[in-house]
Amino acid sequence: MTRRALFCAAIGGAVLAATPAFPQENFITVASTTSTENSGLFKAILPAFEKKTGIQVRVVALGTGQALDLARRGDADVLFVHNRSAEEKFVADGYGVKRSDVMYNDFVLVGPKSDPAKVGGGKDILVALAKVRDTGAPFASRGDKSGTHAAERRYWKAAGIDPATGKGGWYRETGSGMGATLNTATGMSAYVLTDRGTWLAFKNRGDLTILVEDDPRLFNQYGIMLVSPAKHPHVKKELGQAFIDWVLSPEGQQAIASYRIGGHQLFFTNATP
Amino acid sequence: MSTLGQAFQQAFGLVASGDPDLIGIVALSLRISLTAVLLSTLIGLPLGAAIAVGRFPGRKTLIVILNALMGLPPVVVGLLVYLFLSRAGPLGDLGILFTPAAMVLAQTILILPIIAALSRQAIEDAWVEYQEQLRSLGAGRLSAALTLLWDTRFSLVTAVLAGFGRAAAEVGAVMIVGGNIDGVTRVMTTAIALETSKGDLPLALGLGIILLALVLTLNAAAYLTKEAAQRRYG
Amino acid sequence: MRAPSTILPLALDNVSFVAGGRAIVDSISCEIAAGGRTIIVGPNGAGKSVLMRLCHGLLQPTAGRVFWRGASGNAVHRRQAMVFQRPVMLRRSALANIEYALALQNVSRGERARQAQDALARVGLAHLSDRPARVLSGGEQQRLALARAWALRPEVLFLDEPTASLDPGAAREIENAIAAVHASGTKIVMTTHNLGQARRLGDDILFMHQGRLAERAPAERFFTATATTEAAAFIKGELPWT
Repeated sequence: MTRRALFCAAIGGAVLAATPAFPQENFITVASTTSTENSGLFKAILPAFEKKTGIQVRVVALGTGQALDLARRGDADVLFVHNRSAEEKFVADGYGVKRSDVMYNDFVLVGPKSDPAKVGGGKDILVALAKVRDTGAPFASRGDKSGTHAAERRYWKAAGIDPATGKGGWYRETGSGMGATLNTATGMSAYVLTDRGTWLAFKNRGDLTILVEDDPRLFNQYGIMLVSPAKHPHVKKELGQAFIDWVLSPEGQQAIASYRIGGHQLFFTNATP
Repeated sequence: MSTLGQAFQQAFGLVASGDPDLIGIVALSLRISLTAVLLSTLIGLPLGAAIAVGRFPGRKTLIVILNALMGLPPVVVGLLVYLFLSRAGPLGDLGILFTPAAMVLAQTILILPIIAALSRQAIEDAWVEYQEQLRSLGAGRLSAALTLLWDTRFSLVTAVLAGFGRAAAEVGAVMIVGGNIDGVTRVMTTAIALETSKGDLPLALGLGIILLALVLTLNAAAYLTKEAAQRRYG
Repeated sequence: MRAPSTILPLALDNVSFVAGGRAIVDSISCEIAAGGRTIIVGPNGAGKSVLMRLCHGLLQPTAGRVFWRGASGNAVHRRQAMVFQRPVMLRRSALANIEYALALQNVSRGERARQAQDALARVGLAHLSDRPARVLSGGEQQRLALARAWALRPEVLFLDEPTASLDPGAAREIENAIAAVHASGTKIVMTTHNLGQARRLGDDILFMHQGRLAERAPAERFFTATATTEAAAFIKGELPWT
């Protein structure tokens, strides 16, 4: 009898202990990109904000396209991504409130050291992409509506190339995040467009190295905005705005600018005061 | 290959140093998967017993469907649960998206068919053997179902372990409904996925080794308990 | 409906059981009354086991009626018990198996333990009460099954080939136990294909052949002066198995 009672008590105790604590309210959900998450930026700057305000910042890292979808459905309070035209459309459609510049970095074209398309050292992304297409060297694309993917498509278009002609051949769409795409590129010694932040933090480089950089076109701007409380009344607008204000404040900007990997600064701040 | 060697080094290093992040992730993984197992066992075992012992129209179709649901893709379950829990969805006001509660829900849905289907099979096999005797003694269907649940307990433990294995191993469902939020919804499998996407393969593998060791230990414990009990009860 | 004070006699009125297009039991009418040990004999496939199950209520006849002193249902079922050819034991101790059966009849907890111990002692298994029932030998398990049935104090005990799976020594122990059960006032209805056993134990013999009740007689007469040729052939061992 007592054995059975003990058994039931143990099960009950386990259930109670296992029951996830009811979510406390003092947090915000930020939909951001895999590039900011993978670079380690959030782990570096969030503790300062959380300590100062007591507000927990929960970052859900997805591709920009997915992040925008998430925010559109009202599942996030703040959006922090890098596709300016999509962000502005988001605001125009009424889902977002006032987009602000936060920081920028740049994209780089990464590829195998053997460089079959001979683009190494070049400073023109369009020329480089054309060479990749001409030699038919493998190219790994995100293919996932992310900010990086959107940028990549812009460059192909500007170069007058439709990469779809290479689908199934040299143009390989992985449909995944930056890290997964880089892993794939390493595995097949392919060229791939990536943001510098993710690349600096990436450890499985294989024989890949930066081949093309510093083209002004490769500028990659990040923006932040509050999800519209008008469209989604449950959005935590005060807490969310507090975070946005901090990110744009000198303190937040300083935190972002001082984040380095191996001595390299990953993100350059450019919030307008 | 050297990555594997590095992976073992990472694994030992993390465990030996008692890395707090690791402990948090392991604790959360266990909390979520064990809760899901508990819930789906509470529902799945009686469900399996009822189907095994009951006679009703559509029973055979139900069994086929239940067996098929054992192969539910985790990412599909995650997507469906996300659509339900999203603010734009019917249960959005619960506000449990991106919390461990959502992950428990998704994993429970995922492993419920496994526990129900496997227990149904075990109990039905036993029913074939016991039916005449139990009916002769005057046991009704409900009473028989409860008796069989207890009598087949050793096979049922295996079914529960199968459910746990599935829950602890999956990443698709918890990634979508949990969001892999650092410190809140990051579990072993999503952490492995993250480290892989950061290219840190030794660390990812190291975490994988720890996860495997954990699951192995749990299974060993369950097996030894079963053996001891079996020696006692036959 | 009040429980009858006795459920015997058992009456079968034109009972048939058809399965797979075959009449396994074919229009049997008879009455089984209290008193002696009724043994149903016949070759394999004669329908003995099915007939038992029809009487005990485990199967429903496809034609005809089975009725006990004009009554039916749960109250009647409780006054019967059955022992099968292979004993079915739960994964618990020998004692607990008997207690389980008593619990089904709503015997209180304390009483259960006492009556179960009693039953074990009567069949000589008291020393094995804590042993897991499933590790007992075949003969011990069958004795346990008998004890379990006896603990219910049934008015009628059905036994379906109870010693068919046992070695001669164990079989003898079962036969002794059956005799004890009968001596305590329980009606015995048993099937067997073992003629020697039928001779040893039977008071009243029902001979079945191809689903029909071919002959019925008191044991003495049956074994010395059979009325039918099939019965005679069976006793001489000439009947084919099917």
